[in-house]
Amino acid sequence: MKDDRTSHLAQLEAEAIFVMREVAAQFERPVLLFSGGKDSIVMVHVASKAFAPGRIPFPLLHIDTGHNFAETLRFRDALVGRVGAELLVRYVQDSIDAGRAVEEKGPDASRNVLQIVTLLDAIEELKIDAALGGGRRDEEKARAKERFFSHRDRFGQWDPKNQRPELWSLYNGAKAPGEHFRVFPLSNWTEMDVWQYVAAEEIPIPSLYFAHQREVVERDGTLLARSPWISLLDGEAYENRTIRFRTIGDATCTGAVVSAAGSLEEVIAEVAAARVTERGGRHDDRRSESAMEDRKRQGYF
Amino acid sequence: MAAGASDLLRFTTAGSVDDGKSTLIGRLLYDTKSIFEDQLEALEGASRRSGEDGLNLALLTDGLRAEREQKITIDVAYRYFATPRRKFIIADTPGHEQYTRNMVTGASTAHLAVVLVDARKGVLTQSRRHAFISSLLGIPHMVVAVNKMDLVDWSMDAFDEIADEFRSFAAKLNVRDIVFIPISALEGDNVARRSERTDWYQGPSLLHHLESVNISADRNLVDFRFPVQYVIRPHQDFRGFAGEVASGTISVGEEVVALPSGRATRVTQIHSARGPVEEGLAGDPLVIGLADDIDVSRGDMIVRRRNLPQVGRRMEAMLCWMSETPLEVGRPLLVRHTTRAARAYVTNVLYRIDVDTLHREDAQTLALNEIGRVEVETADPVFFDPYRVNRSTGAFVLVDAFTNTTVGAGMIRGGVQTPGDLARADAEGAERPASPDVRWEPEALAREEREARNGHRAAVVWFTGLSGSGKSTLARAVERRLYDIGCSTMLLDGDRVRHGLSGDLAFSPEDRTENIRRVGEVARLFFEQGSIALCTFLSPYARDRDRARSLVPDGRFFEVYVRCDIEECRRRDSKGLYERAERGEITGLTGVTAPYEEPVSPELLAPSDDLGVDELAERVVAMLRSAGILPAGAPEARP
Repeated sequence: MKDDRTSHLAQLEAEAIFVMREVAAQFERPVLLFSGGKDSIVMVHVASKAFAPGRIPFPLLHIDTGHNFAETLRFRDALVGRVGAELLVRYVQDSIDAGRAVEEKGPDASRNVLQIVTLLDAIEELKIDAALGGGRRDEEKARAKERFFSHRDRFGQWDPKNQRPELWSLYNGAKAPGEHFRVFPLSNWTEMDVWQYVAAEEIPIPSLYFAHQREVVERDGTLLARSPWISLLDGEAYENRTIRFRTIGDATCTGAVVSAAGSLEEVIAEVAAARVTERGGRHDDRRSESAMEDRKRQGYF
Repeated sequence: MAAGASDLLRFTTAGSVDDGKSTLIGRLLYDTKSIFEDQLEALEGASRRSGEDGLNLALLTDGLRAEREQKITIDVAYRYFATPRRKFIIADTPGHEQYTRNMVTGASTAHLAVVLVDARKGVLTQSRRHAFISSLLGIPHMVVAVNKMDLVDWSMDAFDEIADEFRSFAAKLNVRDIVFIPISALEGDNVARRSERTDWYQGPSLLHHLESVNISADRNLVDFRFPVQYVIRPHQDFRGFAGEVASGTISVGEEVVALPSGRATRVTQIHSARGPVEEGLAGDPLVIGLADDIDVSRGDMIVRRRNLPQVGRRMEAMLCWMSETPLEVGRPLLVRHTTRAARAYVTNVLYRIDVDTLHREDAQTLALNEIGRVEVETADPVFFDPYRVNRSTGAFVLVDAFTNTTVGAGMIRGGVQTPGDLARADAEGAERPASPDVRWEPEALAREEREARNGHRAAVVWFTGLSGSGKSTLARAVERRLYDIGCSTMLLDGDRVRHGLSGDLAFSPEDRTENIRRVGEVARLFFEQGSIALCTFLSPYARDRDRARSLVPDGRFFEVYVRCDIEECRRRDSKGLYERAERGEITGLTGVTAPYEEPVSPELLAPSDDLGVDELAERVVAMLRSAGILPAGAPEARP
């Protein structure tokens, strides 16, 4: 990165910086959605470059499901302190307490979908007109259709059949009052690009991404970490495995992978050889063939 | 830098529905090991459920529920794969009928276009369309993949025939680099590796070509253009201008000019994503610090002092219309061009292109997916280059001002020059160089700038008619209306100028001519200052009026003939002139004892003996609006 500015990473970085600056210029109250995962960590890193020598001119917003890995929260607070950004947190628990969201029941219960309610409430409360997210088109087939500037109506809904054509690097952020945009500066990055960038830029990431011993239970081919929010079904038992996470989100639906990759180089080698996608371990994507599209229509990230 | 340093090739694929486009993409992904097991599994399941026999690779790209239901591609999808040499972004655009909008979208950022041709069917209309659009969008490289070679027994003749036909068609287009490759996407021949079944073919496999085509030469590294995106001001002592270098290079210490102010200064520091640097080049995101504290904000452009873009408010462009609602000349739009957004109108549709035959057709509008040549006028000046010279500063999109949707994609051919502009420049002996670099003198305040701030264009409205016809009354009513909608105006009338400017003149034909000459020059000064100059002069001689007309560009001078029957003028006789003439106190009263040369083809005929002053004033304002002097649509009160 330091001396190779025509590399694909430099080009992807330049594209992301351009998009972030467009957001800062075109919108009045943007936020950067921060989950603590590697994509949002890269987003914060790119944002701090985009506005250097100034500070990131918008706050970070964490929609907290309450089902976090402890490492994620510790990492988040340290990062925010380091880049000097403002952090806003809105809690899914508050939405549940207020009766705006209802906790799912059963063994597959997850607060992942409930985040939509909390997020849309936060967008309304904070009058957010653009929410930057770390979504990438390579993650999922519905995401492959996503724009950099993704228009949402005043109910927060995405209409995949009515997207604005996006040409050159001319992004159209015009909207009616009450509507907002989701903006995805990392649209053209792949999982491998993210890892290569993390390595090239020496970006600190939470220890969850590296191999470690953890108690997990295997369910439908997904390894779920032991947590207070998971109850074992008949015949299930926790076992100690050496695992790492490819994505980090709500602890109830983020699957771990068996791995011995303890360094970035090993992680990159593992990703290069991976035969399943990053989200292959995401329980929430497996609920139906268009689970992601359906969630996005409702206002998901 | 870590392993995996490589560059990035963006390409678009085009082909009709059955040419095997999805199969080709699937093959590229599959052969570069870019399809994951869970994706394949999901694909198998989806293929089974939708009643397919084998694996339907199209389902890999058709990710939306509606696309799967209808088995069509609705929208552009982006796919990614990598080889050790390069990373690739495929813009996968739909091949079915409503293709143009999506193809233009995918092509706008592409380095290369892969056009599929079915070896059995030859060069079809669809292939021509795709080639035309690729050429229009200035994609520098094209690959014609002649597919399904397995179904024509790997015939070299069939391949050559298609290549020849395509070449002769492409000769009419602006495509620099075309490569023809015989492939079978289904069986993988010449896709990721050379096939033994085409021993007569000496060229590379498709993937090898994609990996090795040289795209670094495609960048414009000559013309420095830096559209300012955002101003960064961390503290009192630093003000930096953030943006991406659209083209060219810049170094610390270079002299630059900020548009539109035209103020010159020097680059004192450059911050890049890698920290402070001495030099930046096309594609780099930078923050530039300047030596002088000049006014620069988003939408402005920093350029080299001796290499300027064109500056103007009228552009001619090829436009692809992207909305279900047809283009409406004069409808309020917003143009997004570099980082600048300005109110705009399409003022004229010159012609539409039949993309199948490349013939020009007369047109007043463009419907969805149609492409045509138009004139666009913007409220603020934009700084542009022709698209073929610079894809960054030559491209724009149009946004509907009411629905906020993106409705058009434009590629600038150049500024609009009226014959009047050229004639005037000639008359002034002004240099009008062939090079687009030096057309604008940044030291002077251009009329366009003043007009942009005023929100309307400058004009001269010349009211002529007999004494007592109501010229001044009408002009005052017009001025009041223009003032109320925020226009900058100046009213010049005979009585006023004869009290000062022309106080030394009498009413002889020579003196009348000299009076009108002076008034014409004054009107021109106000015109250059951006105002609408309203001149009410009897001005009996056509020659004198024509001279005043020649001082401003075509389309900016409006002769209003305030026609009134002389008996009515005599009856009104507001100044008592007719009475005095009858008493013999004044001689040479026009229409009585001196001639009046009636205008032959005035811009507006205002019969003041027939219609009231309000109605006539409305007509004058309507004329100015339809001529583009005033913004179209509802009048806007200015703060």
